[in-house]
Amino acid sequence: MIVIENVNKTFGTKHVLKDISANLYKGKCNFIIGASGGGKSVLMKCMVGLVTPETGSITFDGRDFLKLNYKEKINVRKDIGMLFQNTALFDSLNVEENVAFPLRMFTDFTEEQILDRVNFCLGRVNLVNLNKLFPSNISGGQKKRVGIARAIALNPKYLFCDEPNSGLDPLTSRVIDELIKDITKEYNITTVINTHDMKSLFVMGENIVFIHQGAKWWEGEKEGIRSSGNKELLAFMEASEF
Amino acid sequence: MRFFQHFGEYLLFLKAVFTKPEKGKIFVKQIFIESNNIGVGSFAIISLISTFIGAVSTIQIGYQLVSGILPDYLIGRIVRDSNILEFAPTVTALVLAGKVGSNIASEIGTMKVTEQVDALEIMGINAANYTSLAKIVSGVITIPMLVLYAMMLSLIGGAISGWASGIISVESFVKGLRTDFMGYNVVFAMTKAYTFSFLITSVSAFQGFRTEGGALEVGESSTKAVVYSCMSIIFFDYIISQLMLFK
Ligand SMILES: Nc1ncnc2c1ncn2[C@@H]1O[C@H](COP(=O)(O)OP(=O)(O)OP(=O)(O)O)[C@@H](O)[C@H]1O
Ligand SMILES: [Mg+2]
Repeated sequence: MIVIENVNKTFGTKHVLKDISANLYKGKCNFIIGASGGGKSVLMKCMVGLVTPETGSITFDGRDFLKLNYKEKINVRKDIGMLFQNTALFDSLNVEENVAFPLRMFTDFTEEQILDRVNFCLGRVNLVNLNKLFPSNISGGQKKRVGIARAIALNPKYLFCDEPNSGLDPLTSRVIDELIKDITKEYNITTVINTHDMKSLFVMGENIVFIHQGAKWWEGEKEGIRSSGNKELLAFMEASEF
Repeated sequence: MRFFQHFGEYLLFLKAVFTKPEKGKIFVKQIFIESNNIGVGSFAIISLISTFIGAVSTIQIGYQLVSGILPDYLIGRIVRDSNILEFAPTVTALVLAGKVGSNIASEIGTMKVTEQVDALEIMGINAANYTSLAKIVSGVITIPMLVLYAMMLSLIGGAISGWASGIISVESFVKGLRTDFMGYNVVFAMTKAYTFSFLITSVSAFQGFRTEGGALEVGESSTKAVVYSCMSIIFFDYIISQLMLFK
């Protein structure tokens, strides 16, 4: 479980995150939704430590991330897997090496064990026979899947996905959604998903945090959205239905 | 003021770079790859340039010394000293600042803007160390070797052009090369070579690493890497010459 408390972040004079508190639960797909520019990505970057908020705390199962020293932070990070919006695959490494990368760095596996694990992860995201291709030679959806495979290679406790299905066709989007959901349940991971895509929210969303202009506007189960009476949230939902 | 801020950032960057790599085996592998990129990859251009610089310097020194009063083997001696002291190390470094420096900056800059650096950080890897240390170490290993090689080739180039243009016979040229040879000059040149290779690789890696934005900024960083590397090379050339040649 990840607990966010009173997080504030400003860039220059721009107050991007306004006193945000939220709980993100283990074994659930936690969604952060909100309009473009609302601060979702910045919030996620705060959680994984790429951006340091001015105030507040972010606690990973009792470990207050911002108060940890460098070594302890690294230990938390080894429990984090992240799928970036643009995948951030290493373009000098092929698909297999990308997924093997965290294993090579942090385990003492033999080459054989690494290859086994890589093939297992790639199988998990339904990617076979692409091992030797480079990221520039595979499609956007395939890249996302390699990104997921890399993120789960070390069995993370926390999985962060920044817009996992932006720019994908609806069919591939659903495949990716299902995948993330299955992995979350199977390994009992705390999964955090950042999205505009209301379809995937209704397919797999459990705990939902709605960010509006940098503040947390609403939080709850997806079943509660309709009855929330929250004007901005309802407007946001309505706009995406057709 | 900006200069001091950047310089401070540069020092902090170096502090992050010079830490123990996460996995020794991976680091060694990176060293081989980077040494191949930097060293072997620059072999051809350095061969060409140093041969021609040697050749041109022989012709120009010959042109300046056609008094008939001084013995012609002096041409060989002056060509030797100017190539060892200045041309081989400095020109090699300036050429490599363009070739290797822009390459390093754009490679790391691209990793930065495509969030590959963030991906490393999130995995718990020191990204400055992972992206830059192998490049700097490989540069410091291979560039001085290229400088030594450039020295030799420039003298060969000089002998050839002297002979081909009829300015000086190969025998006289070689006699000049062997007159009053000072090993210290080579020590001086290698000191420069090691300093320059560190400057080129570290300044360029730093420029790459501080890239923010997109493709446009990667281009800018790469240009800055070359400009700042060249400036620092010239500056340290002056300092080292002052310190080592006139104590
Ligand atoms: N490094 C930065 N420097 C300055 N401002 C920033 C920085 N990063 C983000 N911002 C600002 O913070 C605000 C929130 O950005 P953020 O990327 O979190 O939006 P978002 O909710 O993820 O939007 P989208 O759905 O379009 O991805 C934006 O107005 C943006 O301009
Ligand atoms: Mg975003």
